[in-house]
Amino acid sequence: MSSLRIVGLIARKDLAIERRSKVAMHQVVPFAAITMVLFAFALDSSGGDSGSVIETVAVTDPPRVIRATDVLELVAPGLIWLAVLFSLLILVQRSFAVENDDGALDALRVAGVDPAAIFWGKAIALGLQLLALEIVLLAIALVLYRADLPPSGLGMLAITLITATGGLAFVGTLYGGLTAGFSGRESLLPLLVLPVVAPVLIGATRAVESAFGTDGVALSEGWPWIGLLTVFAVAFAVGGALAFGPLIDEST
Amino acid sequence: MTSTNTLPETTHATLKRAGTGTRATRILGIATIVMMVWLIAFGLGFSPADRDQEEAVRIMYVHVPTVWLAYLAFVVTAVCSALYFFTKKHSLGFDRVAGASSEIGVTFMALTLVSGMLWGRITWGVFWQWDARLTTTALLFVSYIGYLSVRRLGGSHHQRAKRSAIIGMLAVIEIPLVHWSVKLWRGLHQEATMASTDLDPKIDGLMLFSLFVGIIAFTLLYVWLLLHRTRSMALEDLLDDQGLDRALDARREEAATSGVPS
Amino acid sequence: MMENAGYIIGSYVITLSVIAAFAARVLVKARQLADQVDDDAKYWT
Repeated sequence: MSSLRIVGLIARKDLAIERRSKVAMHQVVPFAAITMVLFAFALDSSGGDSGSVIETVAVTDPPRVIRATDVLELVAPGLIWLAVLFSLLILVQRSFAVENDDGALDALRVAGVDPAAIFWGKAIALGLQLLALEIVLLAIALVLYRADLPPSGLGMLAITLITATGGLAFVGTLYGGLTAGFSGRESLLPLLVLPVVAPVLIGATRAVESAFGTDGVALSEGWPWIGLLTVFAVAFAVGGALAFGPLIDEST
Repeated sequence: MTSTNTLPETTHATLKRAGTGTRATRILGIATIVMMVWLIAFGLGFSPADRDQEEAVRIMYVHVPTVWLAYLAFVVTAVCSALYFFTKKHSLGFDRVAGASSEIGVTFMALTLVSGMLWGRITWGVFWQWDARLTTTALLFVSYIGYLSVRRLGGSHHQRAKRSAIIGMLAVIEIPLVHWSVKLWRGLHQEATMASTDLDPKIDGLMLFSLFVGIIAFTLLYVWLLLHRTRSMALEDLLDDQGLDRALDARREEAATSGVPS
Repeated sequence: MMENAGYIIGSYVITLSVIAAFAARVLVKARQLADQVDDDAKYWT
């Protein structure tokens, strides 16, 4: 069987498990949504349209006044990606919990399945779930945070979602595979993943800001960030495929 | 817990066992202490105040060697991880050097952050600036704490070695990406209004000498710490194996004496 | 000028005392372990 078919099979298997159990839909999406609501509680203290002035930027001419109600719109791109990062940790744990329950990962390995194919398959399934989640979170941000998305930014947004999701899915799958076998060590996954995905948070946030035109950021400013996200995704796609096999192999 | 505790007191006194020190480490240790004293004398005493930084420049003589040691330690960790992973023999010795070096690296990275913050408080007026070097260092610090946790996951020595070797090498992909992203982030937004920490190229001779003393002192310290820690890790592994053997022997004996288990 | 002296001295004190504590910990731990192992098992002796 060719590796490419195995990638497809494993991705389809993971998605089929999700279709039947609906854990991501019934638990992770609501979790991410409530996180977005809580961000609003934490950041917007006014609750009304006539927010109190919290900062006056004197550098611009005329001086710009930032009101509490504007804050959410300003930071909306960052909050979307923060919620995605938190959800990523849960999805990764879920993705490997289903493998561990019946030793499926061991069975695949014993059967001589190429570990790189397992890695790619699981990462693709994870990425597709993340992508669906991100679209929901974007919709929430547009409604709740009053962010607006100009039609010209749609292309940039789509590319950002794909590249950033790729990076997150590869890193998540890689470190998820490492921590999978250890019950009681769940807190290790965030410790390993979060510092590594910091560039994705920075890059994806700036790229979405330019797609949204948040705070007058020009669309063209997003491209260097897309470059960063692409390099990140490719680096961990390759590095992950090479490292995944020895990482999950506990035979020595 | 120790095997010596079970021996009578008289034999205990005669049974003086070697520690992890050798003649080489003792010479290194003395040299380190001498250089540290020099560093304090030159850093706090003989070296002149800087034209721009004034007295604050004195922090440099401990800060820069600390950074140097931290990054040196992480380079050694990465190299030894690769040596363990890619050589045919898969020698656990490389794994222990990598582990010992990362422990030293984490400690000195913490020191880097603290002395850097104190320096920043004087030159920038604040403890923290979101500049690329600081932020990368902070993220790297957390990453290597994660690496140390991976080392403690358990399993056989070779399982530990393989897992941590991979994590140690992945960090090498991570460092440039983190640095690049933070640099780009700061570059596009506000230019931090800070006094330059880069020193005058025409640095005073005595200042350069003091810095040099610091680098030498910390490098000696690193080698000394690395030797001791690697050896004590070898002892840990050895005792682990012995404990396992003893437990197996005990089981076998039990099975032999009790005959058919009821 | 003098208000900076605390930070300068502080950085030396913190750095050197953490180094001393770390070195002492390494030594004490190594000593404890070494006492449990025969000398011929130590590759450096």
